[in-house]
Amino acid sequence: MTVYILAEHRRGELMDVTFESISAARRLNDEVVAILLGTDLADHAEKVAKYADKVLVVEDERIENNTEAYTQVIGEIIKKDKPKVFLMGNTSMGMDIAPALAIDLDSPIATDVVGISEEGGRIKVNRSVYNGKVLSDLVLREAETSVIAIRSGEFSAADLEEKNGEITKVDSPLKETIENKKFLEFVEPVAGAVDITQADVLISVGRGIKDKDNLPMAEELADAVGGVVSCSRPVVDYDWLPKDRQVGTSGKTVKPKFYLAFGISGAFQHVAGMKGATMIVAINKDIKAPIFSVAQYGIVDDLLKVMPALTEKIKELKS
Amino acid sequence: MDVIVCVKKVPDTAEADVSVDAGGREINKERLTFAINEWDNYAVEEAIRLKEEDEGTVTVVTVGGKDKEDILRRSLAMGADKAIRVDMEDPEDSFVLANVLCTLIKDQKFDLVFFGAQSGDFNSGVTGAMVARMLGISHAAMVNGVEVLDGSIKASRELEGGLNEIYEIKLPALFTIQTGINEPRYVSISGIRKARKKPLDVMTPEDVGVTEVKPMLSLEKMYLPPPGKIAEIIGGSPEEAAAKLASLLKEKGAF
Ligand SMILES: Cc1cc2nc3c(=O)[nH]c(=O)nc-3n(C[C@H](O)[C@H](O)[C@H](O)COP(=O)(O)OP(=O)(O)OC[C@H]3O[C@@H](n4cnc5c(N)ncnc54)[C@H](O)[C@@H]3O)c2cc1C
Ligand SMILES: Nc1ncnc2c1ncn2[C@@H]1O[C@H](COP(=O)(O)O)[C@@H](O)[C@H]1O
Repeated sequence: MTVYILAEHRRGELMDVTFESISAARRLNDEVVAILLGTDLADHAEKVAKYADKVLVVEDERIENNTEAYTQVIGEIIKKDKPKVFLMGNTSMGMDIAPALAIDLDSPIATDVVGISEEGGRIKVNRSVYNGKVLSDLVLREAETSVIAIRSGEFSAADLEEKNGEITKVDSPLKETIENKKFLEFVEPVAGAVDITQADVLISVGRGIKDKDNLPMAEELADAVGGVVSCSRPVVDYDWLPKDRQVGTSGKTVKPKFYLAFGISGAFQHVAGMKGATMIVAINKDIKAPIFSVAQYGIVDDLLKVMPALTEKIKELKS
Repeated sequence: MDVIVCVKKVPDTAEADVSVDAGGREINKERLTFAINEWDNYAVEEAIRLKEEDEGTVTVVTVGGKDKEDILRRSLAMGADKAIRVDMEDPEDSFVLANVLCTLIKDQKFDLVFFGAQSGDFNSGVTGAMVARMLGISHAAMVNGVEVLDGSIKASRELEGGLNEIYEIKLPALFTIQTGINEPRYVSISGIRKARKKPLDVMTPEDVGVTEVKPMLSLEKMYLPPPGKIAEIIGGSPEEAAAKLASLLKEKGAF
């Protein structure tokens, strides 16, 4: 079985999900061909070829940073070569491209996939649903090509076998410049006054903090331990804290010595940003919250009771 | 600007005790509470803001049974002008759902279509882009900023690590909306009552002209994750647990 994967890169950097995609494709046990699109691709091609059986390189500046051009070009390549599976990351780019590609190719699609296998020619996937509390097994409809988008960080690329595959240049199949959807620019995140990536102790609050008015309680605890307040995404979405305090895939990756998660459920997008902490403590009233499987220590209780008590005890121990 | 917003009602499972039913293909839903999908609520708000800035209409659409109507009423109370419910069981399969929505939307008057970036129950995140492709219009996924230009939209897409990318996209277009794009307004019970006079059309699949399509995925089973490694739980009252944690933090050198 041949699996085509997308080598994702942005602003001169190859994304980790490229190698994770190769790793996922290897579970289907056969030839892995990587597609690399854009400009300035020589370095990327070599890095990818190390682990892929083949790399197809399409140099065309009309494709660079344009998801619509990506979709059309991948579609043309897949229609011609007819691999059994096309696989990419369920990244922001994947969420834009993969479903559109599935319609263009009349292919079944499974996204946010955490497990993949083949059974009698059919592709079977494992997905995590209902806030990570339930797993589901699904079988994809019989098709010439199936489209799979994998969850980032889920398929380890640590033990990839070296292949030193062949690099092949392919003429751009893009018929015309995309006029309906023009890429204009990247916008950098705004840096704030506090850099949460530099803190040794993070007091991190999630939706469980319930109200903006409870935030000073977290600030007091942070002051008592000499730490900084960070948060999960909803706290930023509600405008309770600025974006630069957000931990996770769409925020910052932190590696503090101590990470105290208050009222955070432990969605994978959050965990991806903090699992490198030396010691993780979760305070959550729901023992089934996924955060307890990443934490070393936990308290199953109301954070609004635990947090002020912890502040008091720390102050006592310090004096 | 005429905007159509597709909305879904989903169970809230973040804090609930979730179990799989005897058939092994669905969770037990009797004791769960349901609400509009978080992403869709931001999409409805964004559509209403566009209307308030300029002019136009907002139509909210859901595919599902009568029990799903409350999210439409809520959206009307927020400021949407019209609601449509396609009266059929909410399709499990995204491709089947996209087909229904495409068939409905193609006969409506619109400049923009909004979806949620994903639904909070299954996190598929595919329906919006699929419908755009079926309609043959441009789309952008994970949109966290919208600015109206002449005949086009400047849309910001959220990327990893807090980075955004900006596109100019010609109308008509379809966007899937990411959380945090705005602050959805609050709706009161009395507001919902007042919105009762606004039109809510119920259409059968036949009215819409829905044709049968083959699902792309078949669910084999759902199950609870096998018990794995779990944190050492510090017990006692909140004060006792806090005292033990404080000592532990001190011992490990946190302060
Ligand atoms: C593309 C994309 C990118 C994303 N990026 C990020 C990201 O970078 N960072 C991020 O964090 N999320 C991100 N998310 C969102 C993520 O999927 C989750 O929705 C989010 O992390 C949930 O935040 P939470 O844990 O605070 O809230 P919830 O999941 O709602 O959990 C709240 C928790 O608080 C507990 N709780 C409630 N009340 C109390 C109380 N009184 N005492 C103790 N515990 C209580 C509940 O039991 C629950 O476990 C992203 C999502 C998408 C789709
Ligand atoms: N039953 C439904 N009726 C109308 N719109 C829906 C329905 N289910 C999903 N959607 C829309 O599709 C989006 C993404 O869903 P999904 O692809 O399932 O993650 C949601 O945010 C809604 O905008």
